[in-house]
Amino acid sequence: MAFSLSPERERQVDEILTRYPERRAALLPVLWLCQRQNGWISPEVVDYVAERLGLSTAIVKGVVTFYTMFFDEPVGENIVWVCRTLSCDLRGGKAIQEHLEKKLGCAAGNTSSDGKFTLLKAECLAACGQAPMVQINDYYYENLDTALLDRIIEAHATKGADAAAAEFSTFATFGHPARVATSPTTSAPPPPSEEAVRLASQPPPAAEPTRTGGEES
Amino acid sequence: MSGPIKPLLTSRYGIAESWKLANAQSAGAYEVARQALTTRKPAELKEEVKKANIRGRGGAGFPAGVKWGFLNPKEGEQVYLVINADESEPGTFKDRSIMDLDPHRLIEGAIISCYAIGAPVAYIYVRGELAFSVERLEDALAEARQAGYLGERPFGIDHPIDVYVHSGAGAYICGEETALLNSLEGRRGEPRLKPPFPAVKGVFGMPTIVNNVETIASVPDIVDMGGDAWSALSRLPGDGGVRIYGVSGHVKNPGLFEAPVGITMRELIEDYAGGMLGDRPLKAVIPGGSSTPVLDPRRKVDAPNEDHPLHKWHGQSEIDVPMGVDTYRALGTMLGTCCAIVMDDTVNMVEACRNLMRFYKHESCGQCTPCREGTGWLVDVLDNLVNGRGKAEDVDLLVNIANNMMGNTICAFADGTAMPMLGMVQKFREEFIEAANSGLPEGVRHDDSVRDMVEGAA
Repeated sequence: MAFSLSPERERQVDEILTRYPERRAALLPVLWLCQRQNGWISPEVVDYVAERLGLSTAIVKGVVTFYTMFFDEPVGENIVWVCRTLSCDLRGGKAIQEHLEKKLGCAAGNTSSDGKFTLLKAECLAACGQAPMVQINDYYYENLDTALLDRIIEAHATKGADAAAAEFSTFATFGHPARVATSPTTSAPPPPSEEAVRLASQPPPAAEPTRTGGEES
Repeated sequence: MSGPIKPLLTSRYGIAESWKLANAQSAGAYEVARQALTTRKPAELKEEVKKANIRGRGGAGFPAGVKWGFLNPKEGEQVYLVINADESEPGTFKDRSIMDLDPHRLIEGAIISCYAIGAPVAYIYVRGELAFSVERLEDALAEARQAGYLGERPFGIDHPIDVYVHSGAGAYICGEETALLNSLEGRRGEPRLKPPFPAVKGVFGMPTIVNNVETIASVPDIVDMGGDAWSALSRLPGDGGVRIYGVSGHVKNPGLFEAPVGITMRELIEDYAGGMLGDRPLKAVIPGGSSTPVLDPRRKVDAPNEDHPLHKWHGQSEIDVPMGVDTYRALGTMLGTCCAIVMDDTVNMVEACRNLMRFYKHESCGQCTPCREGTGWLVDVLDNLVNGRGKAEDVDLLVNIANNMMGNTICAFADGTAMPMLGMVQKFREEFIEAANSGLPEGVRHDDSVRDMVEGAA
């Protein structure tokens, strides 16, 4: 079945087109609008976008496959990206991934059997000072420990993504007003949660030799 | 160290709902833009930015004033300003704070910069993951338009300026300026051959200035104080002003700190970030994003010659050298984005290195063979080392692969992979040899069945 955007989104496309001197420049923004409506970039979406912007389907598909965030296969209702790059791994990123795999019942790269969550590993999401963190759909959830993560996932499953985001998502205040300090004298250190400290300060003191991986916990 | 400074870039971070125009404005937002557009000539403003000695905050450290000076549009050419908000360098998380907490500072900087360089349009290219920051920026832009600071006659002058947000879709390489321009044009984010440089032929084939978010957000303070005064805030010559430092990893108080250019890494870790988590010893620190070669606090600066730029710090630890673009280059690393990843003595460097190389393997755009193949090969060799399948010659193989990537590709991505790889082996060679001989102890390894994050997304 042919794909079409909602009338409201069609109006947004018209507005987006005024921002650039070339139609093609609207390709990423229009793909975003389509993915928000459809969940993924299906072949029908590719046809629609190609026609709307006067491009070949090969050009559109080539762009879709280049970018990590465009899905060319169906995905779950919520996308959970767990950051596994160094700063997060130093503070327990691996434990966060393993916890999610257990909780959602699927390994990273897969969708839970109820179709509610797709769990994906992410490369650095630029929230390194608030590690470990995950991104769920459009929002960031930072300074995580497993208990907080459980509440976030449950809120998504029971109350829906918007309510969960309103309750738990973080922006650059990180939920700690003192987090962004401008000098040593005014920086009130918000202590990491006990769980985060536990995740980070491995191995247990003096119990093991000092050679352990940055991400073991 | 000197006492705490009066915050500039972050001065409005603590205000309630600082991202709203009314609140930002009651703390001075847009006053400098109003003054600049209504009372000063573009050439004067360009001169202030040049005198400020601001080194690009995106990582390369190129003087922004000099970059602006490359513009020489031909008759009929339109100049564009493109603001690089594709913050993706592992360890780096400063630009997001500006967009989330003080978007009006960025917009004010964009307005002044557009006026100074003669650009009617600016695009802010934000990495796709930061949907929330995009929302913040869009709301702030709508308010600024409503107030008459953008549009046909900003502040009533006859110089149209508009600013648009453009969202990426997940690709580290789009932080490279020419890849970003391709992405902005609706193409795959593959870097372009240079020359022509963007200042000559950038987005849509037109002369384009690409600057980092923090660079543009510094422009209002530079114009307000005057370039000379702003430059003098720094502790180093030729590398002016203040900047936002970030610290992540094994410290008590990870986060962002505004400080003058030229504080030392030791100050950053101990005085700003509260010292090491659990008071464990510092083993290594990656100073400014994953592409910058690692520092080892045990190593001393070796600069006995009086002509050496680091002679003043001869015999001191690497982490006692002031953090500046030129000082860090002389030290054999790079200042990069000034966001440090701190590691304590529990970290195995082979494993840390493998984590980062996996990042580069995933993010290589694949255009150039040495990079596409080299990043994958590095990961394969590191996998072997970690899993006890390594051979003694593997350590030299890592060096060999890295050396063959350097300088052999269209953009600096391959160099940004090879340099930290070489730094790791140079400074922690004994750990690589140990891994080659006996692998890593049980319990230290990563999950061996490393899955590609997009593989089987369905």
